[in-house]
Amino acid sequence: MTELDLAGQVMQLVARLAGPGGQAEVTVSRAELALTRFANSAIHQNVAESAVEVRLRMHLDGRTAAGSGTTVTPDGLRTLVERVLAAARFAPRDPAWPGLTPPTAVLPSPQWDAATAQAGPADRAALVRAFVDAAGGLETAGYCRTAVRAAAFANSAGHTVQGRTVEAAMDGIARAGGADGTARDCADRLADLDGAELGRRAAAKARAGTDPVELPPGRYPVVLEPAAVADLLENLAWYGFNGKRYAEGQSFAEPGVAQLDPAVTLVDDPLRAAGLPFDLEGTPTRALTLVDAGTIGAVVHDRRSAAEVGGESTGHAWTGSSTFGPIPRNLRLAPARATGTSGGGEVGTAGPAGGTAAVAGLAEPLAGAVPDADTAALVSRMPRGLLVSDLWYTRVLDPKSLVITGLTRNGVWLVEDGQVTRAVRDLRFTESYPRALGPGAVLELGRRTARQPNRWDGVWWEAPALRLASWNFTGGASG
Amino acid sequence: MSEFDVAGAAVQAALDAGARYADARVMHRRYESMSARNGEVEALTQDESVGLGVRALVGASWGFHAVPELSDRAARDAGHRAARTAAASGLVPGPGVELVPVAPSTASWSSPCTVDPLGVSLAVKGDLLVAATSTMADHGADLAEGLYQVWDTAKWFVSSEGHRIDQHIRECGGGISATSIGDGETQRRSWPSYRGQYGTTGWELVDSLDLVAHAARIAEESRELLTAPLCPAGETDLILGGEQLALQIHESVGHAIELDRILGWEAAFAGTSWLDLAQLGSLHYGSELMNITIDPTIPGALGSFGYDDEGSPAVKRDAVRAGRWVGVLAGRDSAAMAGLDYGGSVRADGWARLPMVRMTNVGLEPGPHTLEEIVAATDEGVLMDVNRSWSIDDKRLNFQFGCEIGWEIRNGRRGRMLRNPTYTGIGPLFWRSMDMLSSEIVPWGTPNCGKGQPGQVGHTGHPAAPARFRNVRVGVRA
Repeated sequence: MTELDLAGQVMQLVARLAGPGGQAEVTVSRAELALTRFANSAIHQNVAESAVEVRLRMHLDGRTAAGSGTTVTPDGLRTLVERVLAAARFAPRDPAWPGLTPPTAVLPSPQWDAATAQAGPADRAALVRAFVDAAGGLETAGYCRTAVRAAAFANSAGHTVQGRTVEAAMDGIARAGGADGTARDCADRLADLDGAELGRRAAAKARAGTDPVELPPGRYPVVLEPAAVADLLENLAWYGFNGKRYAEGQSFAEPGVAQLDPAVTLVDDPLRAAGLPFDLEGTPTRALTLVDAGTIGAVVHDRRSAAEVGGESTGHAWTGSSTFGPIPRNLRLAPARATGTSGGGEVGTAGPAGGTAAVAGLAEPLAGAVPDADTAALVSRMPRGLLVSDLWYTRVLDPKSLVITGLTRNGVWLVEDGQVTRAVRDLRFTESYPRALGPGAVLELGRRTARQPNRWDGVWWEAPALRLASWNFTGGASG
Repeated sequence: MSEFDVAGAAVQAALDAGARYADARVMHRRYESMSARNGEVEALTQDESVGLGVRALVGASWGFHAVPELSDRAARDAGHRAARTAAASGLVPGPGVELVPVAPSTASWSSPCTVDPLGVSLAVKGDLLVAATSTMADHGADLAEGLYQVWDTAKWFVSSEGHRIDQHIRECGGGISATSIGDGETQRRSWPSYRGQYGTTGWELVDSLDLVAHAARIAEESRELLTAPLCPAGETDLILGGEQLALQIHESVGHAIELDRILGWEAAFAGTSWLDLAQLGSLHYGSELMNITIDPTIPGALGSFGYDDEGSPAVKRDAVRAGRWVGVLAGRDSAAMAGLDYGGSVRADGWARLPMVRMTNVGLEPGPHTLEEIVAATDEGVLMDVNRSWSIDDKRLNFQFGCEIGWEIRNGRRGRMLRNPTYTGIGPLFWRSMDMLSSEIVPWGTPNCGKGQPGQVGHTGHPAAPARFRNVRVGVRA
């Protein structure tokens, strides 16, 4: 039975049990999720899950309740409808109910790769084998995963849609003498992941990270690699472009105001890869420009947050959006134009190899610190500063100013006169992300983007490397 | 077909497919949450999840498969697929896997519960959150939020060694937060902590929090914080409230003593640990006042259970005794690899997740003082309470925490309120500086501990009380 068939059954049960006055929406999703994890250069955890979920929300006599179940037998579906119906009858009143999505056309799902959908544990293990072997004897750790999802939506306003997605990702580190180097990639097809290239890149970075020096805290110019930029995008997504936080006055974002550097153009683009063409309320998803050349263009909404500010849903409802707010989950920071250093251009993604190229003038092993020619170009124009591979454990000190603390991870290097000169021990930072990206603060973007997987499948951040005027490091490895 | 039969069929199928050990968990979890904002209920959700997860050990490699169906056919297929996945793991093999012995047992266990949280009417629960958030809004909060959560989990565990254990664990809790929004920043106050206090207990816990009685105070404090002086920057004596110290324990002790991290199994994601097994039993972790136990037997604490998800019975152990590191959180395979003789700290977040090393209740034993005595004995310092932000490095050494509220301490008295209090340090140096510890222990519950790939959310408990730390760096600025 298809997801759409199950959704139809639930809507029939709702009509029969709740009567004509009830409003309801249901999403049926199925998933095949598999993740092969390795550590100490061996596969130590290897999991797969067949999942199904029926998620129902009902609004009845001014009251709203939601619920989900994993049992899709006729009895299971009936139990779910009865449970949510009972909850809706006893729930407190919900004066902010935003109503249902009317019938609306959606765009098609992104390209579907059957080979990825059917990949087995041996396919993932082969990629792990390649990563481990390419690390040249260094200790390695990481994962390779595939995620296949199919979903259908129906509501009592007569709106029905369906879609499916598939994604593959690999993320690993190599370890050398206490230094870790990382490489990761997220793709539409498992075949597009290059375990050997990722392993080589991680190993080169690890070797370049040995024997680090400790630097004093302070403000340093930085080149952030795409993995580090992904953290900026994720925190901007959760706290800046979140329509609920915006409505509450907890976001820095002011649509129409040039709050960020003109080099920054940021688009949420769920259908670029591994995204469903509709959200949990059935609203179509589409590309949405959140920042256009530094000017805030939009924040994202579900129906409830949109109603609060008199706007329209942008298709960002998810299971937690009523509590945590709607979140853009597929952000893409546009790369520099081919002819200049400002954002907004379209050059393409780096792919698993990241445009690997020899970096002139650097001796081994420090040459391995710079993963590709694109990043090398940014480094070459930094008189003195730090090259940062990755950020870790970032947490918000204040959501409105978006002041965040966190640490560097998986490699930091001192750059002098455009050359990587020393590995540096990890540093703690405390920085306002909007301020770090503010007007005049973004000196340069790379010309190629790399898509970074998130800890949750279906969520990704795509960005080029980024050269910033200043980053506030507030502590060294010694405290 | 009973749940035990389903789990048994999965285990047998894994053995038939070549596994030398297998175990399976059938789990049925009901989850309910309600959140309110500014006097109105914002969301009410009731989720129900049923399924089976089976783990197979083939040679020296593990495989795991989970399905949302409790039929004999689905169970056998899952067991077979777990073994097939384990065989594939052997393409990138590691060292041999052994399991420390656990005597097979047939047992049944339920957590203590006076008032069934799912039996309390939604109207009563909703009225509580509406009243508390209305009161906060009336007393100046721009954003008044309330939340409760309930988990009701039944699970059946079967292993190829003969375990047959069923457990019924009820967990719940809740809390309220008031946020005042200024020109450039926000200030938040929460009771009893952000997103609440939680336990393996009944609704009596939520009743005991008396949310409405604290609503006006925290709203007014959040307003007052907008114009309070900044926490000064520098080195000073730091007094932490019990709620903040609970998270300090969680991050800088609990995760550091997880054996899977120490062995490098989490190196690429959650990280490793600064601890070296060669120093177990001799390392000076903290001051003599530092006595930390791993204790899943504490009635009502959030990390309590009868048996872990490998069938090991709940046992209290020392992690740090008189400042010396003496114990770890372990599972059967990690313990065997480390040459230890105990597991007991392995749990899975639902039927679809692989059991892994998790904190149980990791917390302090009482000290000899009271908070009042600690303040009175402090000439100059800062008192901070209720966590607002937390960050720590991948070896669990370098941390920075922010709290919702601080107070200046001068000449043994609590003075003016301070905003944006933060402190930073290095784990063992920080713990060695603890010179006063209160006896006022509360088993704080943390229901949002993230770990693992795919991600798992763990529920942990942390007995903690106010304590003083000398010469700590406070007041970090952006």
